Amino acid sequence: MEALIRSFFNFDILAQAWPILLAGFWMTLMLTLAVVPLGFAGGLAVALASTTKNFFVRAAVVGYVDLFRAFPPLVLLMLVAYGLPFLDIRLGAFGSVALAFFLNTSSYYGEILRAGIESVPRGQLEAARSTGLSALQAMAWVVLPQAVRNVVPDLISNTLEVIKLTSIASVVALPELLHAAREAQALTYNATPVIAAGIIYLVCLWPLVRLLSRFEHRQIALH
Amino acid sequence: MGRFADTFLNWAVMAQYAPKIVEGTWVTIRLALAVVIAGIACGLFLSLLRAFRFRAVNFLIVFAVDVLRALPPLVIIIAFYFALPTVGVRMSAWVSTWLALSLVLMAFSEEIFWAGILAVPRGQWEAARSTGLSFLQTLRDVVLPQAVRLTIPPLTNRTIAITKNTALGAVVAVGEILYQAQSAYSFSYNPSPLLLGAAAYLILFIPVVWFGRWIETRFAWKR
Repeated sequence: MEALIRSFFNFDILAQAWPILLAGFWMTLMLTLAVVPLGFAGGLAVALASTTKNFFVRAAVVGYVDLFRAFPPLVLLMLVAYGLPFLDIRLGAFGSVALAFFLNTSSYYGEILRAGIESVPRGQLEAARSTGLSALQAMAWVVLPQAVRNVVPDLISNTLEVIKLTSIASVVALPELLHAAREAQALTYNATPVIAAGIIYLVCLWPLVRLLSRFEHRQIALH
Repeated sequence: MGRFADTFLNWAVMAQYAPKIVEGTWVTIRLALAVVIAGIACGLFLSLLRAFRFRAVNFLIVFAVDVLRALPPLVIIIAFYFALPTVGVRMSAWVSTWLALSLVLMAFSEEIFWAGILAVPRGQWEAARSTGLSFLQTLRDVVLPQAVRLTIPPLTNRTIAITKNTALGAVVAVGEILYQAQSAYSFSYNPSPLLLGAAAYLILFIPVVWFGRWIETRFAWKR
């Protein structure tokens, strides 16, 4: 028990590692604030593109979505981070992570939003158009608000996954929370920083998990 | 174009490392199957255990599931592989990855199965019990078959997402596709192996993504 406390819950070590962990936490937060809105915007574009009647556009969208859903995110990140410099495209760690996450998360958000748009009855669009709204206005003011509301649980669930996924940025040496924890572990030769990072993730993400659990039970109960 | 091909589609490098990638593919397949079997079996078991509604047991299940859903899988893998040895618990990289991903899948599938069990109307329970079936018989023969149908689409999607996380094993040097591709890349300083690895993932996972789509439409109209 004492060994456990000394290796995992060592407050002296934690005090030493705290500044590093805090810096890592801020980086994770920044990363989240960058990749979630970017991915959501990309997903919106994907979902809107998939509503057109043009067969080629639709096929291209499905191809894009399936391609990036089939890649494990870490594989995509490595391709971007290690492959692109050979084309003389240097994005840096943050830029590589942002690009890889954009490709991955926009596919997932896109699929969710597409399902949301499809869940809105056609009559809504027709009624909106017949009152004189343009196609764009009808989409923006009538269809999308309902579409988004219908898929709120899936959107939250995906956002939770994206936030958790930011931990893979540690692999390309972006100093986010997990990377900071590993660095602090190497410096102090003690596992407390890794455990502390886990606890930070837990404290930040638990409310989202609880919220989702409620949503899911209600959602499946409706079917 | 010649330079591009030399860099990204260098046949000599690809031919040299292709056997490694193939070897990695088998590791990925074995790891993914082991995760799916252990994760879903344990998740189903926990959801059935939860149906008995022992207060203390259910509290523990909910707690464990929440923790496993809030922590990034990579953090769990790293904690198993780098933190646990400091208190004398040692496991190989393969076991760390397998155990971490199985626990995550267990948590998600428990939630999904439990939501499915809750979705079966109470009248089904009462009717089955009143015909003289025991609690266990009711659960097994009446409730579970109905619950499982509802859970198939969300379970399929979640399982696919988690099996793709086998790529995270590369971080702790499990010899799966990404690890092989990455080490080939660092030996040859040529990104062709990364592309080859990416192709291996696409060959493995595109059919899986399509299967997921098919499952979604197949079970969608019966609601």
